[in-house]
Amino acid sequence: MSVEQVVAQGAEHIAVHGMDWTTKELFTYPNEFIYWSIQIVMYPYMTGLVAGAFVLSSLYHVFGQKDLKTIARFSLVFSLALLPVAMMPLLLHLQQPLRNMNVMLTPHFTSAIAAFGIVFSTYAAIVLTEIWFVYRVFFVDQVNALKGKEGTRDRFMYYLYLVLTLGAFDTGDAAVAKDKKAVTIMAGIGIPVACFLHGYAGFIFGSVKANALWMSPLIPVIFIMSAIVSGIALCMLTYIIIMEWKKWSAIIAKGKGDETVQLIAGAELDVITKTSRYLLGFMVAAITLELLDLIFRGYTAMKSWDILRSVMYGKDFVNIFVLQYGLGNLVPFLMLLIPGTTIRRVFFATILVLFGVFMMRWNVVIGGQAFSLSFAGYMHYHLPIIPHNLETYKEGLFGALTVIATPFVLFWIINKVTPSLEYKFNNE
Amino acid sequence: MSCSRRDLLKNTFKTTLAATLPLSAFKMLSPAEVKAYTGDSSIRWVFLVDTRKCVGCGLCVKACKNENEIPWDPPISRTWVERYVLMRNGRAHIDSPMAGRDGFTDSKIRENEIPPDQISKGFFVPKLCNQCEKPTCVQVCPVGATYQTQDGIVLVDRTWCIGCGYCIMACPYGMRFFHPVYKVAEKCTFCYHRIKKGMKTACVQNCPFGARRIGNMKNPNDPVTKLIMNERVAVLKDEYGTKPQVYYIGLDTNVR
Amino acid sequence: MKNHVLRPLWIVLAAIAVFMVVRHFIVPADFGVEEGGNFTYNYHRLSANDDWKNFKVKYRGREYCQECHEENVESILQSPHAIIQCENCHGPAIDHPDNPEALAIDTSRGQCLRCHTYLPYPTSQRSEIPGFEDPEDHNPDENCVDCHNPHNPDLENM
Repeated sequence: MSVEQVVAQGAEHIAVHGMDWTTKELFTYPNEFIYWSIQIVMYPYMTGLVAGAFVLSSLYHVFGQKDLKTIARFSLVFSLALLPVAMMPLLLHLQQPLRNMNVMLTPHFTSAIAAFGIVFSTYAAIVLTEIWFVYRVFFVDQVNALKGKEGTRDRFMYYLYLVLTLGAFDTGDAAVAKDKKAVTIMAGIGIPVACFLHGYAGFIFGSVKANALWMSPLIPVIFIMSAIVSGIALCMLTYIIIMEWKKWSAIIAKGKGDETVQLIAGAELDVITKTSRYLLGFMVAAITLELLDLIFRGYTAMKSWDILRSVMYGKDFVNIFVLQYGLGNLVPFLMLLIPGTTIRRVFFATILVLFGVFMMRWNVVIGGQAFSLSFAGYMHYHLPIIPHNLETYKEGLFGALTVIATPFVLFWIINKVTPSLEYKFNNE
Repeated sequence: MSCSRRDLLKNTFKTTLAATLPLSAFKMLSPAEVKAYTGDSSIRWVFLVDTRKCVGCGLCVKACKNENEIPWDPPISRTWVERYVLMRNGRAHIDSPMAGRDGFTDSKIRENEIPPDQISKGFFVPKLCNQCEKPTCVQVCPVGATYQTQDGIVLVDRTWCIGCGYCIMACPYGMRFFHPVYKVAEKCTFCYHRIKKGMKTACVQNCPFGARRIGNMKNPNDPVTKLIMNERVAVLKDEYGTKPQVYYIGLDTNVR
Repeated sequence: MKNHVLRPLWIVLAAIAVFMVVRHFIVPADFGVEEGGNFTYNYHRLSANDDWKNFKVKYRGREYCQECHEENVESILQSPHAIIQCENCHGPAIDHPDNPEALAIDTSRGQCLRCHTYLPYPTSQRSEIPGFEDPEDHNPDENCVDCHNPHNPDLENM
């Protein structure tokens, strides 16, 4: 392209990445824009949910927390549904999405992002392996049940399960015992990998020395803690919704006084009460670390503190202290702490927790770009609502909603193959 | 006997050379291949900016945008000029409208009148990539699309960059941006295509006042090297430890 | 059936093997580290250097102009505008006169006002250049070059 062509194209044809949603105040460098927008908020949020869901399932498989048995299998399958979604925000964010494989092809390991491909694949393999061991007997049962059946759907399912067994049809006691042991081992390996997967997502931010807000060794740990919090909350929320739906189907089918309805309601409350204890524990850890980070910054008051303070206590005050700490942490914390847990209260508390963790990601990612590297100006992010081109769709409200909706669609599909809510296992 | 020793030495040399290439590069390059691409290690490009000479005409920015095919109208630029107007009451007015592309033709700053009798200092500071010795933008590139040449210039491979923006985030100087046409990370190259041909960079050549100069730090007789060695020079934001290689004369504590 | 536990592992290993083969064909052959370079700062496609070396030069400098326009160069070298490069106003030469055949000359007021707007900055040379405090006071609708000769801007020679 010659000079004249480029010059002649003019501003109206040329979209500078970031200009659509950034406004500037006072002095900022000319090239500064909000380059990391909503999808980079979604990215640690979604990886956090994956990691959190997996850790929840592992608490049962590894540490034998029997009270989590029912939710463990569900959260394991749900973490598989969440897995591809952790990658989606990155693909939507890349300026050259078709080159995404370069991260695997020529990983430059001094970059925190380079680890993504490898850690993510390792983690995916672990989750898939664990699910295979949990469901192997089920697959074999299905193959036997569907053998010789006519009908396209049955034939398809037969062959699908046949492939999924990987040719391992032994359901004898010795083989099943091996499966069980393998599940424990995979879950055991999975916990550090899940934490690493998310810890390095925190490292991506924490290691950016140019950014005064991100640069902190606490960020990776804070990210892991809040990841587990959000993962547990999401599993609880989804579990409540599914169980309520089952309860209401039972009520419609059999009437309110039926025994099954009582059974479902009782089991649901039991699981939720027990799980919320773990949620509270991890919340305490997450909030403690976040407050430590905040106090430390104020006390040491480095060069960047003047502008950080003006962002935290001024421009982003509502986002940080009202929405994140107040509505997203304190309120649900109290709601879960008050004795006499009810499903409805936990339902709203988990929604608030999820919102709080989302706001934390927002305040880190967007807040970290709210001030200029010159410390002499500010940038404001305006989330594109109505998309007017591909860029404002991808990095706008609807792009984020696409990312949020996908795991539920995936779970619906995966759950058809590996039912995580109904099937009674004899090998657990 | 002597013949086999030579072979032995040759083989040892080859093996050592192969072993010194990091394993993580995955591919072993033959010595010939390596030699073909080896940059000139007798050169280390450095830049010297004399802020006392800059008058804020912006002809450097104009030349840079044309030379390097950076779209004219968007506010992005590989190089820019900042204006600092410091008041007697300690306040600082800083701006760089359109990166200084059209020069500074108005005494107002962001629509504010600046009373001339209240001004204590006023000056211009040209900015460009610092071609750091330890470039953090390169360190964080996940795919090896940006790198430092043997003569110290940080370049971007436009065919391999995935456009993640990590390098943009990692640069403490805000030098990098996405090229609106190529959709990859873009930065000042010290006009690599010009300096490799023995020319000056576009901004150096087109600066009427000699505020910008480029030189080779490894040549002790280079006038720029002599100035850097003998004058009192400073660099921007050395606290980040990136060892920037753009030196400034007449820098002020207010310069960001 | 005793080894069924290892089956997922074989699949993973097979996937890695397939990936390594694919990788071998996709990654440019010259991807690596230069001699004397290190992995942190020098891991790249080696021929990317050439891409940048072959980038088109646009500004050729006064010496290039002088080859044909000796008189014009001589005239401006006698004037206070001697410090200004031809291409700052006449535009980048590129391969002129082949491409472009004629250059688009910047004759705008803005081009002159880059230096000749007076700015009251005591510590900058800018305040020493002759200029207007308010350019709007002086024939605002006309181009400077209509009256002033940029190659010989001395007011006594007007």
